[in-house]
Formats: sequence, structure tokens, C-alpha cells
Amino acid sequence: MPMLDYTAPSTVEEAIRILSGASGTAKLLSGGTDLLVQLRSGRTKPDLIVDTKKIPGMIGIRETDGGFVIGAATPGAMIGECESLKKAWPGVVEAANLIGSTQIQGRASLAGNLCNASPAADSVPALIVARATCIVAGTKGRREVPVEDIVTGPGRTCLTRDELIVEFHLPKRPPRSADAYLRFIPRTEMDIAVVGAGVNITLDRGGACSEAWVALGAVAPTPILVPEAAAALVGHKLDEKVLAMLDGAARRACKPIDDKRGTIEFRTKIAGVLVRRAATIAFERAGEQR
Amino acid sequence: MSKHHVSATINGEPAEFLCEPQQTLLDALRDELDLTGSKEGCSSGDCGACSVIVDGRVVCSCLMLAVEAEGHTIETIEGLARGSKLHPLQQKFLEHAALQCGFCTPGLLVAAKALLDRNPNPSETETRYWLAGNLCRCTGYDKVVRAVLDAAAELRGA
Repeated sequence: MPMLDYTAPSTVEEAIRILSGASGTAKLLSGGTDLLVQLRSGRTKPDLIVDTKKIPGMIGIRETDGGFVIGAATPGAMIGECESLKKAWPGVVEAANLIGSTQIQGRASLAGNLCNASPAADSVPALIVARATCIVAGTKGRREVPVEDIVTGPGRTCLTRDELIVEFHLPKRPPRSADAYLRFIPRTEMDIAVVGAGVNITLDRGGACSEAWVALGAVAPTPILVPEAAAALVGHKLDEKVLAMLDGAARRACKPIDDKRGTIEFRTKIAGVLVRRAATIAFERAGEQR
Repeated sequence: MSKHHVSATINGEPAEFLCEPQQTLLDALRDELDLTGSKEGCSSGDCGACSVIVDGRVVCSCLMLAVEAEGHTIETIEGLARGSKLHPLQQKFLEHAALQCGFCTPGLLVAAKALLDRNPNPSETETRYWLAGNLCRCTGYDKVVRAVLDAAAELRGA
């Protein structure tokens, strides 16, 4: 009989007290779509489950000064229903909504997708290129951490045992900005990314790229920001030459593994293809705003 | 370890049960409340046989702890029919022969109800994507999709 207990604190401070005072292993529960699978398989054997969803603000989306604050445990379905968020950050929303089925979308959260720390997590490259940050709360107070700094390896994060992510911040958008996220899977639904690619850009008045961010998933031990690929876009309009530079920079950043989902060679090639396509979509979306 | 006492609304009625911390909502529905219509297929959120509606959203009850149900509103397959009168989705599944072995059927019906509650006039594509998390090894899905679209039409006309 596993000696597991469950608690649902009603404030962040209470959650931190419980986490820092726990005698054994405590696991945070948001949507549970990864945690419950791992509990069942025995991959994780916590002594205590700390449900974050009773804490006010953990579920919900609010706009602040043109940016957005997304509660850490907000389910994907709710993210997909937020029209203003979809308009400002279509790439973030499409990435979050790619995770699992309708049923999974009813529960799965950004904090869970990030802290499960899979290299293939769909929302993470999109959040990275969006320059999203996490507000992390712990015994030492609160710190703001860029999303790309959270995951340190497969299944590992930089959070200490007393810390939890409270919310995600998405910055204000300059005019003529847009993002896009694409993933490759061998079918249209219900699978884990073989490669994922996020692109976020801002165009100048003439339609050339003035700022860019590119990130890749499932081609390295963690999702990665690829500044060399972004540099291929800055200062340019999209043409075949620029797309070829982007493609090459993305492929050079790949350090994938061979596994049942794809070979090193295949993943590397697809990373180049997906960044081309995601960049094309982001340019179209940004161009439509003029 | 002590059991947790949970109060929730299930199929419109107040319900109370005791559960272990690691018990899933699916286990509690089946073993504590004798609501055995929700099925255990994969226990990993892939097959959708355990689908229930929690606060208006369809979820896998195998991926939710029973103790998390506290204070929430849950609809299961047992809540679809009104007495002996079948829900239009159930009636259309029969008319279109949208089931063979029937194991996936409760989950498909619950997921389809959640779709029609939200979108009374879904396209075939929307229906197929919405139901992508419900696996059926008998029907090949065509009859399921036709039954859902037919039920949607009937509900719109009613």
C-alpha cells in the first residue's frame, strides 16, 4: 500500500510552507495529465501530492498593460477560448492546444507541460520565442525566470523543492508582430512531437524583420532557443535565400537522438523544414496587421 | 493513511464518497458509487473510454484524482438518458449502428455530448478532431461521426 497523501492549499504561502516542510517527496499537481500516468506506472513515487488548483489565480487569464498573465494551472481549453490571447499570441495558443486530445485539453496546463520537462513539450518552444517568463514562488520570495531557463534536462527543472510556478507573463506586442508554432507527427492528432518549431517576429514598416526569435523542440535534451536562426531573419524580408539561411542555422543547432519517433538525420532535416514554414506563417500573420 | 471525504454534484444530484488519496475519479465512480458506465481502457489518457464532463469540460476520469472532485459538478454516461428515454445521441448511435462491442461507447457519447453542448452545429472535421481522443477498434468511426452529426441536427430542430 503506497503511503501517499493529498493536500490542496488555498494560498501560495501555504503551498510553499507545505513544500518546504514535507518530510518525503512532494509532487505538485496541476492538470495531472502527466503526473497521474507516472503515478500509475510507478515512475514517480511521491509521499505527498500538492494540488495547486485551489489557489486563487492559478487558473485564469488576465490582460495587463497590453501583456497577458496566464495562471500556471490554466487548462489548454481555456487558453484556446481566450480570443484576445489568440489574437496577440496565436503561436502560443496553437502550441498549447496541440497537447493531447480534447479530454487532455480540459486539464493540461502550461506549468505542467513545462515542469514535466520533456524535450518534446509543445508549448515550450512557443513560450520561449514569445519571451514568456514564469513567476516562481518559494521560501526566498518570488523570482521571474525566463521559460528557457526552467528546464535543465529531460525530466529536470531548476526549481528547488520549496518552489512552484504561480503564473506565466507574456509581454506587450509591438505593432506588426506575430508568432507561429508547428510540430511534426506522423498523423494529425494525439501524438508527441518528432520536432517542434516556434518563430516569433516583428516587422518594420517596410515589411522587413526587425526582431526575431526561433526555438526548437525534440532535437536536444531540452527545448532550445536558436539565436543563429533568428539572426538569419533580422533585417530581411522572407525570400528563398533568407529561408535557406534560416533552415541551415536551425539544422546546425540540432543535437537530437535516434529513437522510435525519428532518426537524427530525419529530425535535423525536419527542423529546417518546420522553421521555414513557421517563419512563413509568422510573416504572413504580422503582415496582415499593417 | 486516512481516507478523504468528497462532496460533489454527480448527474445533477449531490453525492458523497470516501476515497484514498491515490484513487482516480474513475475508480471512485466505479467502485465507491457503483457508476460502472465509465470504462477503464488504457488508464493513461489515450483511449477516452473513461470520459466524464467536469464543470462543462470533458476529461479523462482516469487522469483525475477522486479527491479533486470536491465541490465540482460531474456528468457521467449514467446522466444522459432521462429515465427510460434515451438521449438523442444514444438513439442515433443505435439507429446508425455506431457501436459493436460497446466498450468505447459511453466515452464517445459523453465526449459527443460535451461537443454538442458547446457547438450545436459542428462540421464533420470538427467532430472528428473533437473525438480524436476516443479510440474505437470496431466501427472505423464513420458511423460514430454520422450518428453525432445526425443527433446534432435533431437537437437543433427540437
